[in-house]
Amino acid sequence: MAGEAIATGRKRTGNGILSADLFQSASFQRAIGRGLLYLIAVSSSAVFMFPFVWTVLSSLKRGGELFRFPPTWLPEVPQFQNYPKVFEIVSWATWTWNSTFVAIVSTFGAVLTAALVGYSFARFRYPARDVLFIITLSTMMLPVEVTLIPLYLMFAKIGWLDTYRPLIIPSFFGGSAFLIFLMRQFFLSIPIDLDEAARIDGAGYVRIFWQILMPLSIPVTATAAVLTFMSQWNEFLYPFIFLNTKTKYTLAIGIRYFQAVAGFADDTEPKYHLLMAASVMMTAPIIIIFFLAQRYLVQGIVMSGIKG
Amino acid sequence: MTTKTLASIGLPLPRWMTNLRAKEAIAGYIFLLPWALGLILFIVGPMMTSGFLSFTRYDVVNPPDFVGLKNFIEIFSKDRLFWPSLMLTFRYALIVVPLSLVGALSAAMLLNQALRGTAWFRTFFFLPHLTPIVASAVLWGWIFNADVGPINHWIRTLTGSDNAPGWFRDPDWAMTGLIIMAMWGAIGGNTMLIFLAGLQGVPQELYDAAVVDGAGLWAKFRNVTIPMLTPTIFFNMVLGIIGALKVFAAAFVATQGGPAYATWFYALHIYTRAFQYFEMGYASALAWIFFFVLFTFTYVQFRQSRRWVYYAGEVD
Repeated sequence: MAGEAIATGRKRTGNGILSADLFQSASFQRAIGRGLLYLIAVSSSAVFMFPFVWTVLSSLKRGGELFRFPPTWLPEVPQFQNYPKVFEIVSWATWTWNSTFVAIVSTFGAVLTAALVGYSFARFRYPARDVLFIITLSTMMLPVEVTLIPLYLMFAKIGWLDTYRPLIIPSFFGGSAFLIFLMRQFFLSIPIDLDEAARIDGAGYVRIFWQILMPLSIPVTATAAVLTFMSQWNEFLYPFIFLNTKTKYTLAIGIRYFQAVAGFADDTEPKYHLLMAASVMMTAPIIIIFFLAQRYLVQGIVMSGIKG
Repeated sequence: MTTKTLASIGLPLPRWMTNLRAKEAIAGYIFLLPWALGLILFIVGPMMTSGFLSFTRYDVVNPPDFVGLKNFIEIFSKDRLFWPSLMLTFRYALIVVPLSLVGALSAAMLLNQALRGTAWFRTFFFLPHLTPIVASAVLWGWIFNADVGPINHWIRTLTGSDNAPGWFRDPDWAMTGLIIMAMWGAIGGNTMLIFLAGLQGVPQELYDAAVVDGAGLWAKFRNVTIPMLTPTIFFNMVLGIIGALKVFAAAFVATQGGPAYATWFYALHIYTRAFQYFEMGYASALAWIFFFVLFTFTYVQFRQSRRWVYYAGEVD
């Protein structure tokens, strides 16, 4: 295609209107290039979105329609009642509430304490600070399995199994290394002159943290909160290990339980269409939050990638 | 800063200054306290416990029984799933990570072309990353359905034959299915956003200078973009590999490690030994081996990085 454009360019150059023609052929080439880029962007968007589209469409079909051969795109008659039906078959409302509760409380704890610890790393000088910070970062590498077994045994001993405490309480101890890192990086970007000015005016460390730094850190706090909420909402291993009672499940393990029973037709037909509806309902809140917080989120992720 | 330099050359500091330093240090430690406690209670303490347990037999009911290196010897010599699961996990990581890095960089470069609707494309690429892993395993399970799934339908239509992969049901294809699933979530995710920021941080002068020297598209990419992005590539690579080696939920929900142990990842092996067989000592030994392997692997990457990562701000 590019060769063709060059050929046309040459031909016209022969006609004598040199500069205009060269410009034309270059812009023609560029147009083709742009067109190709758009084509790639649109088709890869389609590839990325296809699983979602398929899931949503499947969730609106009748159970039997999913097994039709060849597979069909659109549901014959959209079955919106599939969604309420999920609530009848499994304790979906309870699980949603459980997930929301665990995610909100642990997000609160994680963000608050990560901010305090980040403040310590960013603003104070004390022996072993940098070593402690490196230790903090290196815990990101730790495979959960190394701590999971003793934690399970410990929580079993103090009677925390099958409660939300193992999912929530650890969040109040600094959250995660990643959050601490994120908060520290942001605090470092705030000029220390602000702290010093406040100090001269008689503010203590707590006051500087709460009234100077935190109000300036609303974007990064929002980012931290959204990221933590999402990862708590999606967390699978911890609830799976620590919760037993079905009514205490969070959505992540609830949906797995549902998946395990969906294939067995206990009454009439397999319930994969309802399973698809459940997947949609578990993903939807995350996508809504993403759209609300997109600006912060992208900024925060990008910040985490900048070396510091 | 000045006090630090003064102290480092050994000048005695005035008393009020050291007092202030002490006060600052104490306050710093107090703010650090939640994490310090968390580190001890939920990380270091448990690590030491599992280190101890790895030298014992422990079935939860009876007290731990010290057996020395028996668990480790058993793992390396008798455990039929140890090497396969470790190798399989590495194979998975070494396929998923490079492919998703290339994919994410390509996607980021595409989004960096100032196309109209870039914000939309970025969102479309990013959404899969937001999907909870469990939900993604459930929905891909359906898309990869061997009989009535859309993918196999297309494969049959395109090839004109009835032979299509069994995906999660087929030992030869289950891993490929998981890799595709992981790439779907990884390409447009954080990796892409970080690359995009990295691309936007490459100074335009470098490209201009390259053009003056007669560089084409490929030469600019090879000699400007890639070197300037090496820190970003390194960051994404290290995190990507650590994440991929830890894979659990995706495989657990989509394939349960099967069929025929074809997706029996290392984390699944540990989980099964610990929470299905309640061999806590043995599983702790497995976990510690994993930690050691991960640590070594990451360390080697950092060592290697000095050869190929270029930090623009660094003074040689």
